[in-house]
Amino acid sequence: MSEQLTLSRAIGAGLRRALADDDRVLLMGEDIGDLGGVFRVTDGLKAEFGAERVMDTPLAESAILGTAIGLAYRGFRPVVEIQFDGFIFPAFDQIVAQLGKLRYRTGGAVSMPITIRVPFGGGIGSVEHHSESPEAYFAHTPGLRVVSCSNPQDAYSMIREAIRSDDPVLFFEPKRRYWAKGEVDLEAEPEPLGSAKVVVTGADVTLVTYGPLVATAIDAAAAAVEDGVSVEVIDLRSLAPVDFETVEASVRKTGRLVITHEAAQSGGLGAEIAASITDRCFYHLEAAPQRVTGFDVPYPPAKLEEQYLPDLDRILDAVDRVLGRENSLTGWSAK
Amino acid sequence: MRTEAALDSPRENADMNEWPEPREELVQILTPDGERLEQPLYDRWISDIDADALVALLEDLTVVRRIDVEATALQRQGELGLWPPLLGQEASQIGSARALREDDFVFTSYRENAVAYCRGVQLGDLVKVWRGTAFSGWNPFDVGMATPQVIIGAQTLHATGYAMGCKKDGVDSVAVAYFGDGATSQGDVNEAMIFAASFNAPVIFFCQNNHWAISEPVGLQAVRPIADRAPGFGIPSMRVDGNDVLAVMAATRIALDRARSGGGPTFIEAVTYRMGPHTTSDDPSKYEDRASHEEWAAKDPILRLTQYLEGEGILTDEVRAAVKSKADDVAREFRAECIGMANPEPMTVFDNVFAEPHSALDRQKQQFAAYLSYVEGSTR
Repeated sequence: MSEQLTLSRAIGAGLRRALADDDRVLLMGEDIGDLGGVFRVTDGLKAEFGAERVMDTPLAESAILGTAIGLAYRGFRPVVEIQFDGFIFPAFDQIVAQLGKLRYRTGGAVSMPITIRVPFGGGIGSVEHHSESPEAYFAHTPGLRVVSCSNPQDAYSMIREAIRSDDPVLFFEPKRRYWAKGEVDLEAEPEPLGSAKVVVTGADVTLVTYGPLVATAIDAAAAAVEDGVSVEVIDLRSLAPVDFETVEASVRKTGRLVITHEAAQSGGLGAEIAASITDRCFYHLEAAPQRVTGFDVPYPPAKLEEQYLPDLDRILDAVDRVLGRENSLTGWSAK
Repeated sequence: MRTEAALDSPRENADMNEWPEPREELVQILTPDGERLEQPLYDRWISDIDADALVALLEDLTVVRRIDVEATALQRQGELGLWPPLLGQEASQIGSARALREDDFVFTSYRENAVAYCRGVQLGDLVKVWRGTAFSGWNPFDVGMATPQVIIGAQTLHATGYAMGCKKDGVDSVAVAYFGDGATSQGDVNEAMIFAASFNAPVIFFCQNNHWAISEPVGLQAVRPIADRAPGFGIPSMRVDGNDVLAVMAATRIALDRARSGGGPTFIEAVTYRMGPHTTSDDPSKYEDRASHEEWAAKDPILRLTQYLEGEGILTDEVRAAVKSKADDVAREFRAECIGMANPEPMTVFDNVFAEPHSALDRQKQQFAAYLSYVEGSTR
């Protein structure tokens, strides 16, 4: 059975399926009940499964995560919604100092099958704390799995797989793609989390991204064809761990790597991927890997986000750079 | 949302302290019908509020409502990205903010646009954040008001720290934290009360209980009146009718006086109602009970003051016309300032991250400048 669904509806369908399949699955969060979440991802689920399983919580992110940990101790499988990316930080201690460490601390005795859903990224003209990309903090934290979906089918399958995982999973949802539609096979058996996917096949340059920029990268690859350049686009899907085998196989073929993400550059996912791929296939690289990212500034006000966000032109400029073609930094040197 | 179990008395056979009765009643000076009540404990704090001062309050309430309505319209017309209406909460904000001195300092949430108006924030500066041209519409030190806080409750700690600083400096300025009922669930707000009590900080915790945290009713945040929490932290509290501008002003003046004279923190719960959506992105029809809405519409803060002033013979046609004319002028200027606002220059995205040069950021800035001139060159 397959249906045309938006990405947000696809996540909702995955949550519905998980609630139906396992009565220990619980949803928790602010405004997820009658309102159905501020993005309507959980629309209708409280009516269908009741307030004991779809819980509006008091307004306190640290408490949401902390009590989810207690519920997991008790054998529940909580799926927590953090309303916006920038609201996750009150819960940072519970996630980093507790959730990520519990299995290790208890010698494997305690499982923490908690999924943390986080709408993330910019491009929607919103106010402060509503457009951030905090994934690197969590990818850097041992004990946490971190994933991000980019299309409705993956959204549906990956949320089910995240909930099924006995490990804590940060599930980053690309909020500016919530309204993107796609065919979703509701009977598809989810693939295990952790694999990247080649979404455009190409020969000259490997372009690696995830979440909201996958659509931008696909557009960039299409535009590059007009310049006679063949770009291979990889949707990482999993950010921790990264499926380096898939990236490495592509770079061995193309010899050139561009990574793009919305998050700031320093200490970001792009740095990790550039370093690991350089290590894995140094002699196959024809050029230094390039990163196209947000700047090392706080996510800016809406009227400046166009400057901040990597877009098709900035990605193609980096593609030109790894190909040794004329680009914005030709002849440039630091002042 | 309140459960029976939560309100049960402690068991008689256990050595538990008795719970006081929940403080449901509100301090009220003006009834919803505009009748003035005798409140000996509070009246003396507003004895200076004469006919002119009352008209000034009516003008404030009317003007900020016009600003709010105009902003919602501007958002609908695409001129603002978002707006958080304060409709219904005018008296809580005006009554408290007009009690403050210039050297006091307020730390608010994002809905306190009437407080900002009272602090002297320029009309165009009110909307910069909502138009998306800046994160700070004004310099906090120019008006004694921090940039509105978006992270729920975080500002209560800032207010407490500021107040601790006032005390260390030996000045009698007071810090005021504005926050809502939802924020009282956050750790930060509870921790702020602990610090304020421990350090006897001259801070006022001004909680506007507007009954809603987006879609969540106040009963999910608190099973007893919010004002009842403060004594547990060692902070005295008042529970006032937040739609009564005189009651709010009296309570705020009492709290200010305590703070200035070394009495420490006070908690005020101003019970009001959010008559609009959470923001222009919200749809209360998904969760709000219409009967509550209608009940609160009858308790409108402007309506009751208007009726009182009519009864006293203060609200002449002339006064009424002057108030309307002021509101019209402000609304016109507000709209013009908003629409005429320039967008920030692209390279300003790098400004004000650090006080001193930063090598990594400076390199990104230079490279982006090279990129912009390259793109400009190639499109010509």
